[in-house]
Amino acid sequence: MSRVNVPLPQPRSLAETSRQDRWWVQPLAVFLGLTAFLVYANWAAFQASNFFASAAHPTVSLFGGTKSVAHYLSPMYSPVLYDIPGMTSGHAWFGEAPSWLVSLWDFIPGSYSPAFLILIFPAGFRLTCYYYRGAYYKAFWGDPLNCAVGEPGFRGKKYRGEAKLPLILMNIHRYFLYAALVFILILSYDALISYWFTNPDTGKGSFGIGVGSLILTINPILLGGYTLGCHSLRHLVGGKKDCIGAKGLRRTSYECVSCLNRGHMKWAWFSLVWVGFTDFYVRMVASGAWTDYRLF
Amino acid sequence: MADFQTHEHDVIVIGAGGAGLRAAIEASAAGVSVGLICKSLLGKAHTVMAEGGMAAALAHNDERDSWKTHFADTMRGGQYLNNWRMAELHAKEAPDRARELEAWGAVFDRTKDGRINQRNFGGHRYPRLAHVGDRTGLEMIRTLQDHSVHRGMTIYMETTVTQIIKDGPNGRVIGAVGYDRPTGTLHYWKAKAIVLATGGIGKAYKITSNSWEYSGDGHAMAYNAGADLMDMEFVQFHPTGMVWPPSVRGILVTEGVRGEGGVLRNSQGKRFMFDDIPDNYKPSTADSEEEGWRYVLGDKSARRPPELLTRDHVARCINREVKAGRGSPHGGVFLDIAWIKTKLANGEEHIKKKLPSMYHQFITLAGVDITKEPMEVGPTTHYVMGGVKVDGDTQMSTVPGLFAAGEVAAGLHGANRLGGNSLSDLIVFGKRAGEYAAKFAKENGPIKTDQAAVDAALKQTLAPLDRSGGENPYQVQYALQDMMQDLVGIVRREDEMAKALDGLAQLKARAAKASASASREYNPGWHTAIDLANLLTVSEAITRSAIERKESRGAQFREDFPNKSEEFGTFNHVVRKGPDGQMQVIRQPLTPLRDDLKQVIEENKNV
Amino acid sequence: MSHAPAKASSETRKQLFRVWRGDKTAGTFKDYTATVTPGMVVLDVIHQIQAEQANDLACRWNCKAGKCGSCSAEINGKPRLMCMTRMDELPTDMPVVVEPMKAFPLIKDLVTDVSWNYDVKKKIKPFKPRKPDAPDGTWRMDQADVDRVQEFRKCIECFLCQDVCHVLRDHHKHEEFIGPRFLVYTAALEMHPLDTEDRLADLRKSQGLGYCNITKCCTKVCPEHITITDNAIIPLKERVVDEYFDPVTKLFKMFKKKT
Repeated sequence: MSRVNVPLPQPRSLAETSRQDRWWVQPLAVFLGLTAFLVYANWAAFQASNFFASAAHPTVSLFGGTKSVAHYLSPMYSPVLYDIPGMTSGHAWFGEAPSWLVSLWDFIPGSYSPAFLILIFPAGFRLTCYYYRGAYYKAFWGDPLNCAVGEPGFRGKKYRGEAKLPLILMNIHRYFLYAALVFILILSYDALISYWFTNPDTGKGSFGIGVGSLILTINPILLGGYTLGCHSLRHLVGGKKDCIGAKGLRRTSYECVSCLNRGHMKWAWFSLVWVGFTDFYVRMVASGAWTDYRLF
Repeated sequence: MADFQTHEHDVIVIGAGGAGLRAAIEASAAGVSVGLICKSLLGKAHTVMAEGGMAAALAHNDERDSWKTHFADTMRGGQYLNNWRMAELHAKEAPDRARELEAWGAVFDRTKDGRINQRNFGGHRYPRLAHVGDRTGLEMIRTLQDHSVHRGMTIYMETTVTQIIKDGPNGRVIGAVGYDRPTGTLHYWKAKAIVLATGGIGKAYKITSNSWEYSGDGHAMAYNAGADLMDMEFVQFHPTGMVWPPSVRGILVTEGVRGEGGVLRNSQGKRFMFDDIPDNYKPSTADSEEEGWRYVLGDKSARRPPELLTRDHVARCINREVKAGRGSPHGGVFLDIAWIKTKLANGEEHIKKKLPSMYHQFITLAGVDITKEPMEVGPTTHYVMGGVKVDGDTQMSTVPGLFAAGEVAAGLHGANRLGGNSLSDLIVFGKRAGEYAAKFAKENGPIKTDQAAVDAALKQTLAPLDRSGGENPYQVQYALQDMMQDLVGIVRREDEMAKALDGLAQLKARAAKASASASREYNPGWHTAIDLANLLTVSEAITRSAIERKESRGAQFREDFPNKSEEFGTFNHVVRKGPDGQMQVIRQPLTPLRDDLKQVIEENKNV
Repeated sequence: MSHAPAKASSETRKQLFRVWRGDKTAGTFKDYTATVTPGMVVLDVIHQIQAEQANDLACRWNCKAGKCGSCSAEINGKPRLMCMTRMDELPTDMPVVVEPMKAFPLIKDLVTDVSWNYDVKKKIKPFKPRKPDAPDGTWRMDQADVDRVQEFRKCIECFLCQDVCHVLRDHHKHEEFIGPRFLVYTAALEMHPLDTEDRLADLRKSQGLGYCNITKCCTKVCPEHITITDNAIIPLKERVVDEYFDPVTKLFKMFKKKT
């Protein structure tokens, strides 16, 4: 073809488009959804209280009205590595926080929260997640605002994408995946012990099902659906091979991860909302605002 | 005189579908300088539309298959008017060409043991079509295209060649002229050899599976350069094109649908193909629906269902049903693949996997879900068996240095082409044309430009732009398409065709005055005016040859001569430009079949 | 689309079209009134306008069945194939806006110069198969393994993904970024069961894989429904991570090679 030496068309200006649909709905929804979660998660992490069920507000049996103490722990605080001095949760791995650890947070006196130590892992996993990346690049800094819609002109040819700092750091994603896989085990353990109730009078434990147990059980399932559908995991279990083979463990794992991966966006949102809701439920029960009921 | 750019190559290949690309690759490999000229963007040629597959006797799915059976099938399908040497070479070389594509990166569907999978198709005794779902043509063109861009050839995209230049009336080719669409610049290519790979002529008809490119450029240019055309009466009407909505009428529905178990029914729900099975196919055709289904499943003892008879026959049967008032609401018949769900547990998935683009095409364009409801289909102009008469081994035409391969060449398919034999034709003879064109270029020394001839050709190219106030070229083209559809279509009669000849004369006069407005840059009106001249030439060749063939054979069905005649089975029709510029139709006796091949045909008669 | 599509009507109706007319120097939208009958697609209308009102209206097309990828344009702001966009899915109460693609230089009307794409392809290392290893001198491949590659090979090179990609469309990174089409192309080669070539260094260094920020617009516009981002681009990104950003995998690989 004879080359027609003409320049590329001028990029469109901010929000300019011929699209006739409501293209701004989706990025706006993502913006609002993520912002709401960020605000709530920060608020909850700084509370440093009401993150576990205790004898102060026991669970009430739906049939018979007896009371027992649940062992619910908010997923935003799990695992509790060190308890807040003077507040024994019963979930701490290493007991009370040493004073040097507490004093690290002295720039806001009295603010030490067990959530600070662990929240980086699930947060990092989501921050570097392939789905969220694409979604919040659009929703938070309009790169682009939406498909075939003009974006802010200042980036222009200076655009760096994920090719250079800072976003090149997103390639760390698989390390967060490793942590996220460990977290699923921990949260599954939390779900398991939520079926164990202690009689406040005798101190004896027994099996039971509370509303909280169900909520804490759904949580690792949704998180599992999200985490096990991770693009990095898909690569690691088989995607990196050109020949996976027709049968065998590698093929089965690859197909399973691929299957979850197709719904990655949905899993991402459902699990996000559910983590927030689980924390909220535990918080309400722990503060006594809501009563947790035992169904069995 | 008009400005033009000059390019120089040893070989130029006109057309970049399967045959053109394969020829260009081969010529490049021979170490000559190659220019590849394509009318559209690279990779958009009509080959992408091929769906079902590529026939090659690899014998992966049935070890009884061999080149001999393939050869016999091809000859029988062509009603023995084929150039038997081409049919022989084709059957023998197709497997190597298919494997070569794989070595170049093509990814065919696989058998359970990991080899190239093959499917059933009309007229082929055994499952023979190497395929990729229903987009085999795309796979082929992309593989060839990607392979060719690393071969160092020059590619001229969106460039149309309008005339071939020779060094005197009886001389060899020395080049070609044309224009490019984006700028309208004129070009002259000096070349020692030219390979025509321009495809077919479908745009002469109203209902066609072919795109705008298919205006018989190669046929007309070869004819105007003094080359012989052959078998022009044989135009294949594919039995299954879409019939609704009107704007997509004619778009192809792959024979693969029937290969995968699709059945044809009329408005009464009857599988009418069982009613009319030609005698020579009786031994190899199922006589019950149950046997036909077993064949689809790969049962080697079963014979093929009648839906998989040759295309000419199926098209006529559909035509008959519609004319008898047993057609579908939009004037076709029903093609049902959804019914296999009653036989296969995962039928819906299977259909989507095996026929993805058919599923997509119907759901998007017609709002029909083929996994749930039947399609409406009817015949559509699909392919021309006729074309430039070539030597079987070298693909050189009767003009020295002018080669032809693929649909534009005649011979391989005789009176009717079997489905799947086209894609293999492209690569088998594309390769040969490229090889021998390179050889010709090496063996035949330098050329001198005939400036007067180039100037005249360029002037002619610009003519529609220079005229003004003439008729809109689109209107003339529509009139031609309507007329050919009505008068020289699937069922032909002497009186109608005589009328068509008169019509053609009138249309020629109108076309000579048609004018295109505005600039040279990407002006489709101008392009249409140029293509129109070619369409008129091939339409005349088709009509004259069809009138002369006073019998029904293969794709040609004469209402006034409904039977096959032994006499007409002894020659091909050759079309040639007479000394006074008039079109002549000449009887060219068949070359006697070699004894060993005769025996092959005999051995395969009843299987 | 937020507008409810018009009910499939069996009647002929008039529809206002707003088509971009112009060349490299200047251009503007022009209005045409078209006659729309049931089952028509946008390309039919463009042809009607071309035949009846504007003989010189430039557009590319070939197959009319979504198989060749020639008639790419932007319809009501969305990159689509004109031949696969049915009139009855577009709103009837406003003009149908048809424009050329925006990531390539305009030649005329709806035709753009897409030759850049062909140059890009040349720079990608070609297919290099391993030696045939089956007794018949060919290869064996599992259907399950070729499925992945076959998805990518469905590409019809309509270049709509290139058009919608903001890295090209808005940031004009044509020199440093090969675009979704050629990431899919490279993925098809890299994941081909027979291929032995290594294209990861090129992807990272000269072909700008890192510029993709996963907006998935390419996946949304693909008329062949290729899952471009999830199945091609992200797996390539992960392979690049293996090679350049993951010291553990790298170490493991080096160890494995030695033993």
